[in-house]
Amino acid sequence: MKFTLSWLKDHLETDASLDEIVETLTRIGLEVEEVTSPADRLRPFTIAKVLEARPHPNADRLQVLSVDAGDGAAPLQIVCGAPNARAGLVGVLARPGDYVPGIDVTLSVGKIRDVESFGMMCSERELELSESHDGIMDLGEDAPLGASYAEYAGLDDPVIEIGLTPNRPDCASVSGIARDLAAAGLGIFKENRPASVVGEGACPVAVRLEFGDTPPLCPAFGLRLVRGITNGPSPAWMQKRLVAIGLRPINALVDITNYITFDRGRPLHVFDAAKVAGDLVVRRGREGEELLGLDGKTYRFDDSMCVISDDNGVESIGGIMGGELSGCTEETTDVLIESALWDPVNIARTGRALGISTDARYRFERGVDPQFCLPGLDLATQMVIELCGGTATEVMFTGELPNSERMIDFPVAEVKRLTGLSLTTPEIKGVLTRLGFWVTGSGDTVKVAPPSWRPDVHGKADLVEEVVRIVGLDEVPATPLPNLSSVSGRVLTPGQLRRGQARRALAVRGLKEAVTWSFISRAQAEAFGGGRRDLELANPISPELSDMRPSLVPGLAAAAQRNADRGYPDVALFEVGQIFGDDTPKGQSMVAAGLRRGTAGFNGAERHWSGNAPAVSVFDAKADAEAALAAIGAPVDKLMVFAEAPAWLHPGRSGELRLGPKTVLARFGELHPRVLAALDLEGPMVAFEVYLDAVPTPKSKARAGRSKGALDTSDLMPVRRDFAFVVDEAVTAERLLKAARGAEKTLITGVTLFDVYRGAGIAEGQKSMAIDVTLQPRDRTLTDEDIEAVAASIRAAVEKATGGTLRG
Amino acid sequence: MSDLETLESEILAAVAAAASESALEEVRIATLGKKGSVSERLKMLGKVSPEERRELGPAINGLKARVGEALAARKAVLQEEALTARMEAERVDISLPLRRPPAEEGRVHPVSQVIDELTAIFADMGFSIAEGPDIETDHLNFTALNFPEDHPARDMHDTFFMHPRADGERMLLRTHTSPVQVRTMMSQKPPIRVITPGRTYRCDSDQTHTPMFHQVEGLVIDKGSHIGHLKWVLEEFCKAFFEVDELKMRFRPSFFPFTEPSMEVDIGCDRSGGEVRVGEGDDWLEILGCGMVHPNVIRNCGLDPDEYQGFAWGMGIDRLAMLKYGMPDLRAFFDADVRWIEHYGFRPLDLPTLFGGLSR
Repeated sequence: MKFTLSWLKDHLETDASLDEIVETLTRIGLEVEEVTSPADRLRPFTIAKVLEARPHPNADRLQVLSVDAGDGAAPLQIVCGAPNARAGLVGVLARPGDYVPGIDVTLSVGKIRDVESFGMMCSERELELSESHDGIMDLGEDAPLGASYAEYAGLDDPVIEIGLTPNRPDCASVSGIARDLAAAGLGIFKENRPASVVGEGACPVAVRLEFGDTPPLCPAFGLRLVRGITNGPSPAWMQKRLVAIGLRPINALVDITNYITFDRGRPLHVFDAAKVAGDLVVRRGREGEELLGLDGKTYRFDDSMCVISDDNGVESIGGIMGGELSGCTEETTDVLIESALWDPVNIARTGRALGISTDARYRFERGVDPQFCLPGLDLATQMVIELCGGTATEVMFTGELPNSERMIDFPVAEVKRLTGLSLTTPEIKGVLTRLGFWVTGSGDTVKVAPPSWRPDVHGKADLVEEVVRIVGLDEVPATPLPNLSSVSGRVLTPGQLRRGQARRALAVRGLKEAVTWSFISRAQAEAFGGGRRDLELANPISPELSDMRPSLVPGLAAAAQRNADRGYPDVALFEVGQIFGDDTPKGQSMVAAGLRRGTAGFNGAERHWSGNAPAVSVFDAKADAEAALAAIGAPVDKLMVFAEAPAWLHPGRSGELRLGPKTVLARFGELHPRVLAALDLEGPMVAFEVYLDAVPTPKSKARAGRSKGALDTSDLMPVRRDFAFVVDEAVTAERLLKAARGAEKTLITGVTLFDVYRGAGIAEGQKSMAIDVTLQPRDRTLTDEDIEAVAASIRAAVEKATGGTLRG
Repeated sequence: MSDLETLESEILAAVAAAASESALEEVRIATLGKKGSVSERLKMLGKVSPEERRELGPAINGLKARVGEALAARKAVLQEEALTARMEAERVDISLPLRRPPAEEGRVHPVSQVIDELTAIFADMGFSIAEGPDIETDHLNFTALNFPEDHPARDMHDTFFMHPRADGERMLLRTHTSPVQVRTMMSQKPPIRVITPGRTYRCDSDQTHTPMFHQVEGLVIDKGSHIGHLKWVLEEFCKAFFEVDELKMRFRPSFFPFTEPSMEVDIGCDRSGGEVRVGEGDDWLEILGCGMVHPNVIRNCGLDPDEYQGFAWGMGIDRLAMLKYGMPDLRAFFDADVRWIEHYGFRPLDLPTLFGGLSR
């Protein structure tokens, strides 16, 4: 919402300075977004007269002008391409050194097709006065040569733009803003109530509201004819104000409707009576009906929309935009002025459906003052008669003004309860009264009726807001929130803690945390087991971001590839975030995932004097997954690894870490070459996902404390023995180690695999796995017989589990 | 010169001349060894007369002792020399650069770090963290929050919708974390103090808008919290978060469907240097919206608005990070450019705390 300072003062008697007004507007909730003075930008431009216009010797469309700048100096030679440039035209001159805002150029002396040019005659668009670029400005012969154009045009009136919140339709008008400022103590509000205009004779055009059984989309409609008018340009003062707020003056009739829209927040429409055939019918649109709008575009309607039609068909989109064919022109002599009420929700829907944003829609969808429907019509009639002459008929009024009266019981203590502000009842009543609320009563609870222009006020809290915003939020003292306890306890849930632990553990392993989109492309989703319809967006912002991700890996892989394409091929990334199994809250779960590309292993990437980093492998991903699981307190010693993994991983170089046979806590492996190819990725890439929510929460043993229990150590030296077993290729390390560990329960405290060998001495299809077993004696030193007994049971257990034999 | 004196001077010369421990060992064998020259002399003592023995005995034993000392001394010198030589031979170029340790290589994303900072501050004020799903119902995202039926934010333009389900219900991606406030009020008994960080989504994309972003909202519901408390909480938060002692703040009346009264909050800043500096200067920067929870919302959550009251606020986490740490472009947050993460990310072990300061 824009207005000028002088315009505001039509409605507000005040000595306040511009700064005070601006500061107060923001303080009471009418946030000032910008204050501009067009005069500042237009300071250099002066009024000049074209003395002579000759054809350009080298160009058909150009002319060479001789321009009198009005400064007594010799005329300036200016090359000009405007079709309307002619001798005698008085326009606006820009000279070398002047900055021309509309074309963003600082002029210099130019040479156009070999003819020197010492400036330019400006169009309205070049001065950012309007979009008009039909030609250079033509001010009329009486404009004073040499004078400042901004001063002449009265553009030294500051323009204030406020960001209006959608709840305040009353302040989509200069008068409404003035009322708020007056309530805040900045002056006296001038009511300026339009006098009613007594018409002669009935309005010859009847209006019918025809909605049948459907909800009426137009509750009330007022229409009046003014005959014998002369429509020309509106007066300069009106044009200046309209231009200042960014509107283009058209003609007096149209300008009056625009002016009242901004002045009073009352949109109106004018029809050229000569172009209206028969009566006006306000009804729902019919499928296939069309209208050429005032903006030159054609709109099609359906029965959800409200139109005004006559015998020729649709003439106007009710409350949104008029039609081109029934619009008023300079030839109009009889005008029908419409002031109606429209259903706000329907205006919003129709405007959205048709893609039309107009000043009328803006106000009607927020809610205009129903009680100003007829006064607004009177004001328009008055202005039409004043500016264009003519005589008015009586008002043709159809429908019923909705009764918006409501009474709110307002306990004044609500102000203190909700804001902490201590105000007396008279102070509270004073604020509300100044805003136009009707207040009665003097006890603890008063009765308040909001004015007709405040559709946003319904309850006690709304009234508290009115009081506090006018009194000022600065008056509310900051009050410490009482402590709930003296020392705050733990606030994070186990899930939240896990995410933090996994995040920092992975970062410590050299991975960099990424945050990638929650939505990925269909191809990515499908490659990672997703692509369900319930997880596909109906209106994605781009096809690349269409499906809720079933995995974090595709996003990380794409990110790694982007880095590679930028010249950083060895990257290690991770993300802790949500994945989606279906569209319910339970379908969403938290995952920590990571991806290493190129040579970005744990010990560093690329070549190095201490040894070159190898290509990343499945074991890098496994190590990351295990580290994350350990960090979040998963029972890592109980996990089993399964060589089974989803299709996006290399079947021979991937695995799952499970707790029990079914609960998958993590997956890891090398990305499948098929997935790489399908998604335009270059490997090697290894990745893991840890399913944070799948890890069981440790049962909160009703433990007395946090004691870790006593440390149990032995003074006796541990004994270590090596064994090498020859086994079939298919035997996994886990099977062998598990057998060895389980061979003896009390003495064996550790088994590590220190060598895997294939080659000379070992038969084809077999391998040798060497383990180092630690035996910890408890109460006495072990004898050779003790050790041999354990060794025998290890040999037996491994043989039983794997078929392996001790290597000879 | 007696025979013994000659022998002694020869031996000492040989000891001194021994250039290595093995050469010295040869000298020892040749002198004190079983058949060495000194040992031979000692053996001869048994064959001479007692008188001679009385005289020769101390002389030869003296010789033996002095030779022993000379050998030991020489050995120490040679060992020292050998060690010095070995040390020299083992010298390495200690300027050889090492690989950067993984913990130096890794980074935590600014969004995660800022959420940890928010958590540290609000936990201290007795808040816990509440969360909810990203895919929400229209009811929890809009209706329960007092959005009128045709509020512009329900427009297809702003909200990402899923395909309608068979029963016609249309799920959506939450446009704010406010549904978590509703979920919290419906599942917990007041007093409630929570913050709700999380991902939010809007159909919008330019330098300052991305289709996905992060928001944190706060909610306090009890029987007495009012705008004065709200101002205090936000003032304390802003000072703590931006790590400044004083901060100008401005509360402006505004409008949100789910709060009444509603406010927007600006903080004082300086924009003169091209970068926004919080806590200095005379400019204002809007950072959050807030207000008293609308009675309709309280009612929609099954509480009586005449008994319970409270306030809520919401702000962009990415924006807070940009303001505090000076990132110019929101889009870069989600691009995973390792150069960006390296520069704007945080070291893994720099966990924000109030006792240690939020940031280095």
